[in-house]
Amino acid sequence: MNLEETYSSLGLSDHEYDRIIELLGRAPNYLELSLFSVMWSEHCGYKNSRPLLRRFPNAGPRVLQGPGENAGVVEVGEGWALAFKVESHNHPSAVEPYEGAATGVGGIIRDILAMGARPVALLDSLRFGPLDEERNRYLFKEVVRGIGGYGNAVGVPTVGGEVEFARAYSGNPLVNAMCIGLTRTEDLVRSRATGEENLVVLLGSKTGRDGIHGATFASDELTQESEARRSNVQVGDPFCEKMLIECCLKLLEEGLLVSLQDLGAAGITSSASEMAAKGGVGIEIEADRVPLRESGMEPYEVMISESQERMLAIVEPAKVDGVLEAAERYELVGAVIGRVADHGELRVKTRGETVGSVPAGYLADAPVYERDVVRPPYLDEVKTLDLTSIPEPEDYNEILLRLLAHPNLCSRREIFEQYDHQVGTDTVVLPGADAAVMRIKGTNLGFAATTDGRGRHCYLDPKGGGAATVAEAYRNLSCVGAEPIAITNCLNFGSPEKRENYYQLAACIEGMAEACEVFGTPVVSGNVSLYNETEAGTVYPTPVVGMVGVLEDVSRHATPGFKREGDRVVLIVDFPVSLAGSEYLEVVHGGVAGAPKSPDLAREKEHADVVRRLITDGLVDTAHDVSGGGLAVALAEMAVAGGIGVEIDETEIEPKFGSGRKDIGLFGETGAHFLIAVPEERWMTLQRSLGVAGVPYDDIGRTGGDRFKIGDLIDLELEDVEEALERDLFP
Amino acid sequence: MRIGVTIFPGSNCDRDALYAVERIGAEPVELWHADADLKGVDAVIVPGGFSYGDYLRPGAIARFARVMAPLEDFARSGGPTLGVCNGFQVLTEAHLLPGALLRNTHMRFVCRRVRVRVETTSTPWTSSCEPGEELELPVAHNEGNYFADATTLTVLEDEDRVVLRYLDNPNGSANDIAGICSEGRNVVGIMPHPERVSDSTLGSEEGLRILRSVLVGARV
Repeated sequence: MNLEETYSSLGLSDHEYDRIIELLGRAPNYLELSLFSVMWSEHCGYKNSRPLLRRFPNAGPRVLQGPGENAGVVEVGEGWALAFKVESHNHPSAVEPYEGAATGVGGIIRDILAMGARPVALLDSLRFGPLDEERNRYLFKEVVRGIGGYGNAVGVPTVGGEVEFARAYSGNPLVNAMCIGLTRTEDLVRSRATGEENLVVLLGSKTGRDGIHGATFASDELTQESEARRSNVQVGDPFCEKMLIECCLKLLEEGLLVSLQDLGAAGITSSASEMAAKGGVGIEIEADRVPLRESGMEPYEVMISESQERMLAIVEPAKVDGVLEAAERYELVGAVIGRVADHGELRVKTRGETVGSVPAGYLADAPVYERDVVRPPYLDEVKTLDLTSIPEPEDYNEILLRLLAHPNLCSRREIFEQYDHQVGTDTVVLPGADAAVMRIKGTNLGFAATTDGRGRHCYLDPKGGGAATVAEAYRNLSCVGAEPIAITNCLNFGSPEKRENYYQLAACIEGMAEACEVFGTPVVSGNVSLYNETEAGTVYPTPVVGMVGVLEDVSRHATPGFKREGDRVVLIVDFPVSLAGSEYLEVVHGGVAGAPKSPDLAREKEHADVVRRLITDGLVDTAHDVSGGGLAVALAEMAVAGGIGVEIDETEIEPKFGSGRKDIGLFGETGAHFLIAVPEERWMTLQRSLGVAGVPYDDIGRTGGDRFKIGDLIDLELEDVEEALERDLFP
Repeated sequence: MRIGVTIFPGSNCDRDALYAVERIGAEPVELWHADADLKGVDAVIVPGGFSYGDYLRPGAIARFARVMAPLEDFARSGGPTLGVCNGFQVLTEAHLLPGALLRNTHMRFVCRRVRVRVETTSTPWTSSCEPGEELELPVAHNEGNYFADATTLTVLEDEDRVVLRYLDNPNGSANDIAGICSEGRNVVGIMPHPERVSDSTLGSEEGLRILRSVLVGARV
């Protein structure tokens, strides 16, 4: 292989190679080139996305740690803080779904652990191609199994998440895992290396050849050859991770560590160079002192191996025996593999000789590409929706049942029952609601979390879709009674080198940033996954938002299921309702078109805040937002979840947003629509509260019985509604 | 009363069990897998999780842990011992309870609340329940499908040693068995997790019906 082939096979461009020579003042050797290759990949270096990411607001009164660390951290109250982040494992999951998903979970858990927090909750956002393709069914089944296989064993409950299916994800599934950790604010740790002569200790598993160049692999498009790169995918060991969690928390509790960092993409290289760069120091790694699981590994392989379940700690020399003893107690490998030095370089040695040395700051400072943002013409083509070409349904019962049984709308029970969602005994609201609610033991406090993505909407209107994604998360948290405080996000897009994709990325970020500003929910952490495309095409632009919120009194929460017979069902109304980009349009009429309504952010916030206040005041215990599938689907979900029927007066709904078409009223989608239910004795108080708040609402029906009725249009046995909704996703 | 909770590498319900012990007003005691004694506890809970990663077979490696020798002595001499989920699997591997727990028949992990009936109250872990009482308890397991040969099943039924029985069997267990006890009745193994429903904040305290029993009858 000649020189050019060498660096280009490592994913570096001519320009980047020249830049390395310019920085070093000499040509790098292969090891050094490998270090640059992984650190300057999009996955580690954010070289295409960094200028755009600056648009996100990062500050807020509750923010203790914004982007730049292993995870963002926000204050909950009473001295408690939450560390959280979402990260993608799309490419590994496309070629090796079980291990790809499992190690995605393992990786995000270690990010949280690196902040000194105990991981207490997991959520996952998943996207697959339609289940009529066998490959997609396989990927879906194995990804779910992988998430459960790892999360269940490691003892962190999987409390929420979401999944959608669309042709755009065939062959390139999205697997985003979010983890939330709990810590005392004073116990937070950072990853900054300090103290010359302090030691670098590797904890966890032995190092093997797995995941060599995984970060580079993740920063390229998926092709036929990707299958041959399965050795780029790591293998997970949740048992080891469980020991690593307990060991690290113990070491931190005993004050034995100076700083801590997980080993993720690019292994020791990224961890050591980031720790060094943040501390403004150098780190020397003695590659031959890294415990290996196979023989004959070259120093460069040791440096960029992505073997799982490893953490890097900086330890004072006097405390190192205590650290190694703890590692042994937890049956982990613990080894001193280097030291902090004053030269500012990441220096790799083997048998005492230097085999590579690069200023750590250069590795952490990938080149940045700013590209022109040009609106792609397809956006004008997809936005026209001619309603006259969409026939109104003749049989609304049949249409509703079809919608409910569609994989995008049906119950997720078959998925979340494969996840242990209760271990830790803190899960107050179990999966299936709008958001998960967790308590904090020993306090009245709780927190809630949701992950949301709206790929189709972002495809049809990137900016509006980006804003709508944040709005959806804001609604979901408000529906359980939580005050949203911050978000993390994972930006899943196609290659930024293509104009269309770059525009989508920029526009989605703009929409998200605007929404975050209005909602007061800063972005405290995140991850970028570009190059999500195959020969068949690019995925929908799919930013996934993970939002967390706080409940001052965790007992004051709401869930979607109807609680009592005879409750008033009240709709808090937003206009206009539209079929553009709706689930109904795609499922029933096979269309992905129209200009979906861009959220009116001020109104979104106003309505959601009102719903939350009704819940925290103890007035409302039943709430749900109207989302995919519209009003009829939301009502069906509430009825089935509570096992109580409902009768809706269609004349209360139809004239307002029907524009003559009943399908718009029933299945159309909008932004800030909420359904709540209250018993008769609270109806007067509710009316007063809503009147004072000044939000438009309608009393649309009553709960009760075992039928699901909407005017003259829909009349079904609740049992049949449930059967459609609870279909088996894994036949 | 002091109640010990064993902690194997990979146990992950140990902290939940210790918390639940506190909730019933007893003193929780951690029993590390490498300990050589039980620190004088009055009862032992072997908690759920994936001891030793469930590698080889759930419970198969844990039974050789150092703490198991004093635990076996304790159990064989009448000490109240409760195995929950993985703990149940450990107790069968250690032959403190008969039978084995196989993969769920549908071959999937299952986490949900199930209804069970208390079939006997003459064990230290069900003595506060009403005979025939129905409870809703969570299960979360991959291998909860109770299996024993026909003779053993007959003996268990005849000797009133089926402790809990599923009303909606989630895993294919023989005779819908969710829990059993030893011949001496002091060792109980159950698949459902009472510690997960021991707190009104989480919506149910039905698990306390089981856990509190041990306060009433420590020795049988």
